[in-house]
Amino acid sequence: MESEAPTMENNPKISAYYQTRLAHFGVVSTEWLAQAQSATNPLLSSSTDSDTDKDTNFSVIDEFNRWRSHPDLAEAVAAIRALAAVISSSKASTMMQLEIELKNASDTLKAWDTTSISLTAASDLFMRYVTRTSALEFEDFNSAKSRLIERADKFGEISYKARKIIAMLSQDFIFDGCTILVHGFSRVVFEVLKLAAHNKKRFRVFCTEGRPDRTGLRLSHELAKLDVPVKLVIDSAVAYTMDEVDMVIVGADGVVESGGIINMMGTYQIALVAKSMNKPVYVAAESYKFARHYPLDQKDLVPAIRPVDFGVPIPLKVDVECSARDYTPPQYLTLLFTDLGVLTPSVVSDELIQLYL
Amino acid sequence: MDPPRRAPRTVIDPVPKFRQVGFFAPPDRSQSGPIAADTSASLSPVMIPPPRHLSDNLILHARPSNSPRRGPESITVGGSNSDAPVSPAPSSSYSSRFVVGGDRGFFDGKGKDNGKVVASSFPRGGFDLTALKGNAAASGSSIVVPASQLTTVSVVNDSLGIPEKEKTNKGGGSAGEMKDQSSSKQQKPKPTKAERRALQEAQRAAKAAAKGEGNKASGTATSVNAKQAKAVKPAQKADTASVAATEKKGGDFPPEKDRKKDAPQPRLQYDDKSRVEKAKRRSVVKQTESRNRVELFRHLPQYEHGSQLPDLEAKFFDLYPVHPAVYKVGLQYISGDISGGNDRCIAMLQAFQEAIKDYKVPPEKSLGRDLTAKIGSYVSFLNECRPLSISMGNAIRFLKSQIAKLPLTLSESEAKISLDSDIERFISEKIILANKVIVKHAVTKIRDGDVLLTYGSSLAVEMIFLHAHELGKQFRVVIVDSRPKLRGQQLLRRLVEKGLNCTYTHINAVSYVMHEVSRVFLGAESILSNGTVYSRVGTASVAMVAHASRVPVIVCCEAYKFHERVQLDSICSNELGDPDVISNVKGRVDVNHLDGWADIENLQLLNLIYDAMPSDYVSMIVTDYGMVPPTSVPVIVREYGRE
Repeated sequence: MESEAPTMENNPKISAYYQTRLAHFGVVSTEWLAQAQSATNPLLSSSTDSDTDKDTNFSVIDEFNRWRSHPDLAEAVAAIRALAAVISSSKASTMMQLEIELKNASDTLKAWDTTSISLTAASDLFMRYVTRTSALEFEDFNSAKSRLIERADKFGEISYKARKIIAMLSQDFIFDGCTILVHGFSRVVFEVLKLAAHNKKRFRVFCTEGRPDRTGLRLSHELAKLDVPVKLVIDSAVAYTMDEVDMVIVGADGVVESGGIINMMGTYQIALVAKSMNKPVYVAAESYKFARHYPLDQKDLVPAIRPVDFGVPIPLKVDVECSARDYTPPQYLTLLFTDLGVLTPSVVSDELIQLYL
Repeated sequence: MDPPRRAPRTVIDPVPKFRQVGFFAPPDRSQSGPIAADTSASLSPVMIPPPRHLSDNLILHARPSNSPRRGPESITVGGSNSDAPVSPAPSSSYSSRFVVGGDRGFFDGKGKDNGKVVASSFPRGGFDLTALKGNAAASGSSIVVPASQLTTVSVVNDSLGIPEKEKTNKGGGSAGEMKDQSSSKQQKPKPTKAERRALQEAQRAAKAAAKGEGNKASGTATSVNAKQAKAVKPAQKADTASVAATEKKGGDFPPEKDRKKDAPQPRLQYDDKSRVEKAKRRSVVKQTESRNRVELFRHLPQYEHGSQLPDLEAKFFDLYPVHPAVYKVGLQYISGDISGGNDRCIAMLQAFQEAIKDYKVPPEKSLGRDLTAKIGSYVSFLNECRPLSISMGNAIRFLKSQIAKLPLTLSESEAKISLDSDIERFISEKIILANKVIVKHAVTKIRDGDVLLTYGSSLAVEMIFLHAHELGKQFRVVIVDSRPKLRGQQLLRRLVEKGLNCTYTHINAVSYVMHEVSRVFLGAESILSNGTVYSRVGTASVAMVAHASRVPVIVCCEAYKFHERVQLDSICSNELGDPDVISNVKGRVDVNHLDGWADIENLQLLNLIYDAMPSDYVSMIVTDYGMVPPTSVPVIVREYGRE
């Protein structure tokens, strides 16, 4: 584990998104935590992005990081809030200028981590949502600006509340006595399970370990606190236990245009096994994760590297597959639980076409 | 049901059920049977009996006789050309230049008499020269010589006025018009319709009670024009009403008026004899029916190819109601010079641009309706040359909607300029620019080291490959080709010229090469609402093999080609090509096993042009709206239609 802290600062190839997730949800040992804390600060200060904002001392990255430090807040929502803050603190005097500022801020955010799909998607969606209004017809710039701020805040609110909405919608699918398989630690899925436990449903959860992050351990910890019967399975035991499972619920890092999802490594495997055994696979994803990518196969994604620690030194000649995520095609997914409702995978493209047309 | 295909039929047209009014003496012929002797006997002295074996150019229809009858029609339609040999008979071809205008055959004893020349039953290939003379006096009005034998008759002038008229009535082929038209002077490409209209109205009112027979008459013209200008609907109904009224027999009279309002006109099904006959009567380009048709595809038209081309070419300078630019495009379709969805559509639109430029609104007519009718007549002409493609259908629909949207206050020249620029915009935005956008999206899917496979020759795919090559990506291309057209060879030439690494193979080997392929790029003729891809025959097979090998299939298609139709198989709607190209291999005279195939009764050759690929095989569709999954096609059709 010690090797991870230095690599986080020094190795730019490692996906910052996964670093964050690790930081929030990985197994935390105190020593590691101390190192991580010290590591994050230089990371912030070494950020050279703030000079891209020409104006004053407002830096969208700073704002972003401020929001992001909450473990509960999704990164995309942090981005949205940061962009909303850009508008409100903007010193532009015309619409055009404001839009350019927004665009720059959005690009900055995207450049901060190119591997994060939800970040890109949320930024794009925010831009479309906000600038698509008829606010552009307002003659008075200030009223137009306040309208934009209003919409931006609303979007932020929606995104923030998305998890609650999704949790509510998915309650119908969890019936008494069911067994749910979850993969890794997704905050949305956790919200779903939390609400179900709160509603006094009787169910049990199989939780995969989720290597290399081992985020599943954290989830099992949380679920145990809620008195939900949890069973930990290692990633290879998924097919073995699939017989007893009634449904699979996963989160998503991004939902792509074909209707498939990009999620933590291992999701595709689970979906394949579930499909072959006729178990439904549900995806809980907020609507701001709809991205305009269209991967045709696993290699079509922007690679997100995440080093794997095997616990023993690996000789240099041995290559390690260290991609952090995979792509699950839509034919293996049954339904998507989103804040727009419970949808089939083909709806993603419909929504995107309508928004971007 | 099929008549003996090889029985030479010299005539026959059953006794017409309605009064013949005209310049000839309609002999009373009994139907059926080799009545060559009879007919020749009853020919007036000036009639020139056609040679026994007519050139494929000539088909004489028995108009009036056919309509009421189903039986003889089957004979005429189905097995007609069995004895039409290849050798043209010049005399008959020239003499058959006349087509009876009034061949609508909707004359009945109800008293429409307009001195319409209607030939009842003429001997095959013969036509009544007296009738001709009579009409010729009326400046060459066309006479259709009905004959049981179908021979193509090249239509001249007036019958061209006919399609035009028809289109006014939405292809209803009202009898009244025909009668009027031929009786009065016809030579004009745009005859004044005022008095004819009046007459028609009167007749229509008389027939208003009769139930229309539905969509038959308008089948061909309207098959692609689902949306018709409202103005023509009533006309249409009245027409079919009149048609139905005239046809005493032949078919039931279901109350079709309601149906007409709701359902779009179905295509003309070519195994429905009565409708085919009517369509033939109206048609400008008379095509010979093929022999030995495959049973499963009898609902599709099949004609002998290239047969009427020289004849039509000869007629180019006659005063057709079809604009010369449109006529030229039609000839190019027949000869196969222009083929491929985009090319045909662009050629047609440019011809329409010319026609609109030369168009003059007749007095007392509204620009919108008249121009729509005119375009409709051109469309039916082009449809006869070669069945319309889906892209052409959409373009025509767009044009008609633009015409309908013209504000009434616009002057004629302004309206023409506006339409001209609309067409220009359509071509540049929906076709040319769309292709550029498609290329931009699709090149992102090509990586270094890829092996890309394509089938046939698609413009969009070619542009993608060339652009990717310009960007410096390292990849190689496998081109799969198939007979009879061998379009892939042109693509191969063009790509090799630009320096791409290409492999060329025949479709038989596609499963052999598929294991080394990383992506498949295909073009499409159209994409239907359920995600089915309608494209050149063979494409579906390539996609199926790719799917089985888990190779992603990317279909590149402009959004204007999308259609809201749903098709489950390749049979219900397709196009049949010339079966002779299957039997001959160019450059290989020794492969002659199929010579004389048409004489073998059990042998039928099938040359399908299109096939339908299920959406399961398609991984991604690239359009000018971006990259979408096949399930999103109806969304695009909906959004597109809103524009």
